[in-house]
Amino acid sequence: MDEFLQSLIRGLGTGSIYALLALGFVIIYKSTQVISFAQPAFMLAGAVLVSYLSPAVTFVGAVVVAAVVIAVLALGVERTVLRPMVGKPVFVVAIITIGVDVVVRVVTNAFIGLDVRQVGDPWGLNTVNFLGAEVQQRYLVMIATTAVVTAALFLFFRYSRIGLAMRAVAYDQEVALAQGVSVGSVFALSWALAGGLAALAGVFVATGAGVDQQLWIVALKALPAIIIGGLESLGGAVVGGLTVGVVESLFGTYQNDFAPWLGPNFGLVAPYALMLLVLLVRPYGLFGKKEVERL
Amino acid sequence: MKGPKTIKGRPELYTSYGQDMAFLNTRPKRVSVSGLVVIALLMPFMITDDLLQLLATGFVAAIGAIGLNIVTGYAGQVSLGHAFFLAIGAYTGAALSGSETGRVIGFGVTSLPIWLLASGLVAAFFGVLVAPVAVRLRGLYLAIVTLGLVFLGEHVFKEWTSLTGGPGIGRPAAVPELFGVRLDQSNSVFTAAQMLYLLMFVLLVIFGVLARNLVRSRVGRAFAAVRDRDLAASVIGVDLTRYKVLAFAVSSFYAGVAGALLFVVNGFFDPGSFNLLLSVQYIAMVLIGGAGTISGAIMGALFITLLPRITRELPTVLPFISGDATGVITVFQVEAVLYGVLIIVFLIVEPRGLFGIWVRVRNYWRTWPFSY
Repeated sequence: MDEFLQSLIRGLGTGSIYALLALGFVIIYKSTQVISFAQPAFMLAGAVLVSYLSPAVTFVGAVVVAAVVIAVLALGVERTVLRPMVGKPVFVVAIITIGVDVVVRVVTNAFIGLDVRQVGDPWGLNTVNFLGAEVQQRYLVMIATTAVVTAALFLFFRYSRIGLAMRAVAYDQEVALAQGVSVGSVFALSWALAGGLAALAGVFVATGAGVDQQLWIVALKALPAIIIGGLESLGGAVVGGLTVGVVESLFGTYQNDFAPWLGPNFGLVAPYALMLLVLLVRPYGLFGKKEVERL
Repeated sequence: MKGPKTIKGRPELYTSYGQDMAFLNTRPKRVSVSGLVVIALLMPFMITDDLLQLLATGFVAAIGAIGLNIVTGYAGQVSLGHAFFLAIGAYTGAALSGSETGRVIGFGVTSLPIWLLASGLVAAFFGVLVAPVAVRLRGLYLAIVTLGLVFLGEHVFKEWTSLTGGPGIGRPAAVPELFGVRLDQSNSVFTAAQMLYLLMFVLLVIFGVLARNLVRSRVGRAFAAVRDRDLAASVIGVDLTRYKVLAFAVSSFYAGVAGALLFVVNGFFDPGSFNLLLSVQYIAMVLIGGAGTISGAIMGALFITLLPRITRELPTVLPFISGDATGVITVFQVEAVLYGVLIIVFLIVEPRGLFGIWVRVRNYWRTWPFSY
């Protein structure tokens, strides 16, 4: 039972990282109908920035500064690279974001070098007794932070003026434009939000193990999360992210006992298998919008 | 057979649909294509072996890129899973033609046409298996699902060590033997590089012509209709399921063939090669070359394959770039950045890719000196 609780908490912890990333993907998707493959690069850049800043301005200060800087960086990318492509086929824009990802990642890698950088977080690999099981503190922090951030985002979209504007743009761009919503700034803001969330996620990934050049691969786990949850749904992104984290962690713990033929490390690709299963039943994800088409 | 009527002095006047859709429908095209073929055939006797090997790899990549272009450029089904199909082809070819050792399986069928066809067919089979998912999904959902395929495939290939040799170790690539001659071993007449170059070139011409013929036929028009608006296509009687499955099958067949040949030049490969990066590379080839054109796919494939070679020459021109892994800016970083920058620049400035640039150049000179 302890083992189960431990892997559940670990799953929810990593799942909340995926949820943060998935929220970024979905926010960008809802406003621009594009999946931004640049998220992994922003995540990596955020973690690296914190590893440089935290000795100077403490860990929490560094996280705040990094989230803001990465948000501004993402905003700049949107303004310079993505804005000229408004109205072009979404696939083309998605591929451009892959290009952005490559460029940002290579530049960031130059700041990492070959060694592992520490982000200077206060938790490390310390554990705490939680309901009778030894769990790592950092997972509890991740779960708590993600809960707070998600709640703040939902309140933002529900009650703030600009949040309402963003929902309007997601619903219908032209009508929103006609109502006086500045669609351009909504695009920019959604990229900035996604960049900030990615930076936060990057820091969490780097707690414990540190930052190396392979860190970005973690961000790709958010892709099955958004597909499972449905591309249009913020709630779906959170549910999808947590599901992916838990599935990955439970497979990691138990799969050797009940299905060794799948090979070790199957847990790492289990989210993709789950994604295929979900799509066979619901082609638009659990909470996605079924597209209505007309000629 | 008597051809349709042509009028002397009016080379571009077509009197029938067949003439307009002909394989090489203008005289300049006929002349330039035959010229290119002759130059390519003379190449092995003019340049060094290492360049020949690079070009041979480029030709194989071009076969794969044509395959991706059929499903993505013509039929409009975005696939990030090309690396998966390349891998299936590579392992089918290697297992069929390789010899059994204690470490990896092999069946010793070294005849090239047999294993090449088999690789293509096995990959096409998997393409048909995946296609039903594609029929249900649209746009970016499909892109991400095919991306998931790459990850699942990578896992299987890393674990199935009796087939793949395991990560970091790998296994020998397929054995190219044609009519009893080992093409990867130099003999008294040709070097290995010359023979492989010629083999890959001939195969590229064969598969290129086949693809060109496919896309200018009824099937190709159906693909284009599905790409442009699938709902409209189905209303005018295009069977969506059938053509999507067909597009995936043909594309995977090409990928399988290319995968089987891809590592023949190097002779050895590792299951880690078939990752997301490889898929993105093929997408880049198609987009940089020009989506929806066969010649564009070939240009893009050669461009991407030759890019590392070109950047490696940079330190001699720009001394602030360091040639090895030390220094502030290294060649490897420049190469990776250039790759991303090129994708961005091409898509923003010239969405039709290298093919579009060629069309512009051609149209400028066609009306020269009255080009406005």
